[in-house]
This record gives sequence, C-alpha cells and structure tokens, in this order.
Amino acid sequence: MGPIWLIPVAPLAAAAINGIFGKKIGKLTAAVAIAALCIALGESFYVLAQVLGGARADAAFYSWIPVGKFQVSIGYLVDPLTVIMLLVVTGVSTLVHIYSVGYMEHDHAFWRFFAYLPLFTFFMLVLVLANNFLQMFVGWEGVGLSSYLLIGFWYDRRSAVDAANKAFIVNRVGDFGFTVAVILIWTTFGTLGFADVFKAAPSVSTALLTGITLLLFVGACGKSAQIPLYTWLPDAMEGPTPVSALIHAATMVTAGVYMVARCYPLFIHTPLTLSVVAWIGAITAIFAASIGLVQNDIKRVLAYSTVSQLGYMFLALGVVVPVSGIFHLFTHAFFKGLLFLGAGSVIHGMHDEQDLRKMGGLKRWMPWTRWTFLVACLAISGIFPFAGFWSKDEILGGAFDGGHDVLYAVGLFTAGLTAFYMFREYFLVFEGTPRFDPEHVHPHESSWWMVGPLVVLGVASVVVGAALGSPPDHGALFNFLSPAFANSVHFGTYEGVPTQTFILIGVSLLFALSGIGVAWQMYMSKAWSPEALAARFSLVYQLLFNKWYVDEIYNVLFVQPTLALARFLWAFDGYVIDGIVNGSGNLTRYVGRGLRKVQTGGVGNYALGMTLGLLAILGGFLVNSYLVTH
Amino acid sequence: MPIPLNYLLATAAVLFMIGLAGVILRRNLLIIFMSIELMLNATNLNLVAFSRYLGNVNGQIFVFFVLVVAAAEAAVGLAIIVALVRHYKDSLNADDFNLLKG
Repeated sequence: MGPIWLIPVAPLAAAAINGIFGKKIGKLTAAVAIAALCIALGESFYVLAQVLGGARADAAFYSWIPVGKFQVSIGYLVDPLTVIMLLVVTGVSTLVHIYSVGYMEHDHAFWRFFAYLPLFTFFMLVLVLANNFLQMFVGWEGVGLSSYLLIGFWYDRRSAVDAANKAFIVNRVGDFGFTVAVILIWTTFGTLGFADVFKAAPSVSTALLTGITLLLFVGACGKSAQIPLYTWLPDAMEGPTPVSALIHAATMVTAGVYMVARCYPLFIHTPLTLSVVAWIGAITAIFAASIGLVQNDIKRVLAYSTVSQLGYMFLALGVVVPVSGIFHLFTHAFFKGLLFLGAGSVIHGMHDEQDLRKMGGLKRWMPWTRWTFLVACLAISGIFPFAGFWSKDEILGGAFDGGHDVLYAVGLFTAGLTAFYMFREYFLVFEGTPRFDPEHVHPHESSWWMVGPLVVLGVASVVVGAALGSPPDHGALFNFLSPAFANSVHFGTYEGVPTQTFILIGVSLLFALSGIGVAWQMYMSKAWSPEALAARFSLVYQLLFNKWYVDEIYNVLFVQPTLALARFLWAFDGYVIDGIVNGSGNLTRYVGRGLRKVQTGGVGNYALGMTLGLLAILGGFLVNSYLVTH
Repeated sequence: MPIPLNYLLATAAVLFMIGLAGVILRRNLLIIFMSIELMLNATNLNLVAFSRYLGNVNGQIFVFFVLVVAAAEAAVGLAIIVALVRHYKDSLNADDFNLLKG
C-alpha cells in the first residue's frame, strides 16, 4: 500500500512550514504547498493502483485513547470508496492550489492563505482515511475549523466575519447530532471502529439504529448544507473564490455525503432514515434551485446550485443507489469546482465585480474562461455526453426504478431548473452586450496559473462521466465501487430494459434542454422579458429573491430567542453569581470596617480587654462548677 | 506558727489587683511598667505560698526563673521606653503611643 501516512502528513507539514515561516518565505509558500499536494496526489494514485489490484487495508498507526474498554486508534481504512474520495480531495485541492497562485497573487496575506489551504486538505484527508468514528470526527471538526478560517480570511470585512461565525455556529448544530450519534454507537456497540460496528449492525434493534442514523444524518445535514441547516453555505461565499471552489463546492460539503455512504451498512437497516434522507435531499434540491433562479451574485447562484446538487447526492443515498450518489459527488467535484474557479476568473478579470447585472459580453475578453465555463454549465445541466449527464441520470433512473415517483419527478424538475439558472448565469456573464462601462472597466483573461486548472477541470468535466459511467449502471466506477457496498446493498441486477432507459434519458434531456431554452428566450433573444415576468409574479419573485425569507424566519425563531436567553444568563451571571461573590467580599469588608474601631492603639484598652476576657473565663468556670455541684 | 495560706493568697490577690488597676487606669508608661512588675510579684507570692503549703520546693525554684525573666523583661522594657521617649515622642503618656490604632 506504500507510505499511506504521507497522504495526510505531507499537507500537514506544508501547513506547518507555511504557518511558521510563511512571513519570511513569502511566495515560496505556494511552492511548498503545491509540492506537498503533489506528493499526496501521487501517493493517492499509487493507492488507487493497489486497490484496483485488489488490495484493501484497515489498520492502526497508533493507539490513541487506550482507556480500559474504550480503545480508539488512529488508523486508516482503504477501500474503493476511500480511494475515490482521496482522488477527489487531493486532485481538486492540487488544482485549486495552483489556481490560487494566480488568484491570490496581489493579496498581502498570500502566505496565510497557503498555510490554511493545506491545513484544510490535511483535515479532509484525516476524515476520509479514518477507520473509526472518533478519528472521522476529528477530521470533521478540523475541516469545519479550516472552513471558518478561510471564510473569514478577509477578516477586516464585517460581512466575512459574520459569515464565518454563521458557518461555524450552524455547523455546531449538526455536529451536536454527530457527537450524540458517536456516543450512542459507543454505548450500543462498545467500539467505534467502522469494521466492528458494521459487522454488529444487523443484531441491533431497528429503533436504536434508526436513532443513530438519524443523528448521523443531522451531522451530515450541517456539513453538507441540507435543509434545515443549509443557510450557512450561501453566506460562506464571502471567502476567497478558490476556497469556495475547494471547500464549499468540491470537497468539504461532500463530507456529509461521504459519511452517510461510509455508514451505509447502518443506514441500510433503517428504511425510515433512508426515506428521510431521500426526501430531505429532494426537497433541498428543488428548494435551493428555486432560490438560485433569481440571485444576482455570480457566486451565490453557484452556492445555491451546490446545495441543490448535494440534495441530489442525498436523494441517491436515500433511494438506495449509493454508487450513483458517489458518482455524482465525483463528477460534481469537477464541474462545480470548475464553475467556481471560472467565476473566480471572471471576478478577477472584472476587478472584484460579482454582480451579474454589471457583466455581459465577456467572451470577447476571456475566451478560455468562457469555453471552460460553458463546458461546466453543460455538465451540470446534464447534457449528453458531459459528466453530469451520466451521474445525474443514474440518480434519476435509480429513483424511478425504486418506484419513488414523486422523488423522481422532483429530481427531474430540479434538473430543468438547474439548466435554467446555470445558463442564465452563462448568458448574463459571457454573452450579450457589456452592461459595464468599457471606458473604466477593462476585463482581461486570467494568467496561466488560473487558466491551466480551468482547462484540466474542463477536460475532466467532459470525459469522466462517459469514461466511468458508461454504460449506465454498469460503468467502470460502478464495478469499482459496488463491492464497497456489497455487504449492505442487494443490487437488483438491473436488467436495463433498453427502451425504458432511453425514454428516461430522453425525458431528462428534454427537461434540461427546455431549461436552457427558457434561459435563451429570456436572456439571449430577449423574447421574454425577465423584468415583466418578475413584475407579473412579483409575490413569487420576491419570495425567491429573498430566499424564502428563511434567514429572517430563523432569526425570529432561533437566533433572537437564543440571544435573549444569552442576555438573560449574562444578566443572571452579572447580578446573581457575581453578586454573591462580590457580596461576600463586601460583607467581609464592612464587618472589618466596623471591627477596626476596637483596635484603638491604646495599651490600657487592650489590658482592660484582656482582663475582662480573663474574668469572663473565670466566671464561666465558676458558674460551671456551681452548676455541677448543685 | 506559720502564716496561714489564706492570708498569703489574699495579700497576693490584693497586690495583683493593684497592679492590674495600675496597668488599666494609669497613663504613665513607667507606672504601667511598675504595675506589671507588681502583678508578676503577686504571682510569685502565690507560687511561694503554695510551695510552702504543699511542702514542695518546685514552686520556689520556679519563682527564681520568673525573677530572672522579669529582670530581663524590665531591662528590655525600660530600654524600649527610653528609646520611645527619645526618638518618637517626648512623652511618657501611653495615650500618645497609638501607632497600632486600626
């Protein structure tokens, strides 16, 4: 298996070097980080080769917490699922590091960025490689921390700090579920190792397993931005765009999906949890897509798109086609990473302009960005033969085959919405006439540091779907991954009625194309006026534009009561607790102030006091002896 | 015929009370000092009286120690008084020395 420890340790070393010496070595930090990532990527490919050859591993490096029966080790679990995640994380991370050299070029905290980014990669790899729940939790919290640091990277902006706090606090809610689940697993199974827990899962009562899996899913909802905990992700766009691409699109937000997939042997015994997962996924998908339709910030559209696509992945996990879910995770990492990096290239070229209404016609100046962005849009819309087509259709097909008609319909409709909002963004940014003042704004194509990763991801967005996913449900990835789920999922041998498959493909293509068509009518040929439509359905438009007022509702329902409680407790602490503590001090002081009058300094007074005391004692003895004798 | 114990004890008690009254009531440091000596000697008288009454010589030996300590105390105490009067306040009035007033 090779030196597998190198995969997480190399980025950690880079983070340590850059964090400690970054200020001194300046731009060299990028070289350190990229070199470390290349080592991790190379080792990941080596592991892939080994696993393709049939190797599996589940071993411990080090006994971490040996306390009586509570034994937790730091180890690694290598199976096809791990390898896929390793490749996604190290691959996209390497590209984003290279891209960031160009994107962060003029930032005064260049070195700090290149300390945080490998740190994130390290924690993500710890999470992916974990062979027990507690180690996974360490990585889980670590990526949350890195996410916080990177969202608030420009900490002199109030909005960035607020967004970082929001991400951290909302994630705490999910992490609470995860923590309780881990404790429940320990009390139920007496171990936290994945292999032991999964082996013992069938003998545990369904009710208990349902509780555990629902709590795990709460954790996944927080990290993967599902309803009701998705609100932090759109705000997280305050971070630098490479961060949005790596953390808030390609890797960290898929940690929840990965966790559910990893724990599939538990989930498979709990039909209730699975249907919750599927429904939450489907509702999130359509809900987030509906908000994405009308947003005007180039990154926010992508953020809602990410939430929506993550919903697809959970939908897949819920309707028991986990391989398709992971497949979509894999392809999504490429095309959504590409979309974000493309958006970053646009923002960079437009001098930090993010408003879609002030762009337009950029294809003249940014041909590379334009073509790669178009490829990504086609991929996410699910147009044949781009990557998203293969993975999304597998999910929809899985939902349809499983008899989940409503879920299928929701997914299908969301696919149409996805195509619409992506091409709306594409048309608004790259096509049409410029809506900015070319006298003052001079768009320019980005440097090769940035274009290079775009091209690599663009090529990946074209080929990975067809290469790994064809034919549907029997592709290379399916054959590679399904053994990982073999113990838990009974794959009905999908007989693949060809006509049905073709009809399904045709229907979803139809929805995607009509989404693109509507976008064309509204934003290219201007046949339909978006403004008139917004005015006509102003209620719906306002509802969508204001994100269904979810932030406002949460503010009233949760934030304000929490703040009120906090203020009450603060006052309680200030007046009652501090009152008691200060009160005892004050009491002593006042008593002392009264008693010091006794200390006259006159010798005679003391002598008198001593005499009186002596007399009192003697008197006491006398009275006592009198009482005793009589 | 030996003097009865009661007489001796009464004398000692009177001496002690005179000394005590002197310490409490008088203001002159030297008088207070002498009153303390008086109380010490009242105690000595008690010890000697009981020693004789009980036929045990230990009490009388103890008195020697008390006398020695009293002499030493008188030397130190007088030195302190002299130092106080010379360097601090030109007065022998105990009420003038209230440095320890709270």
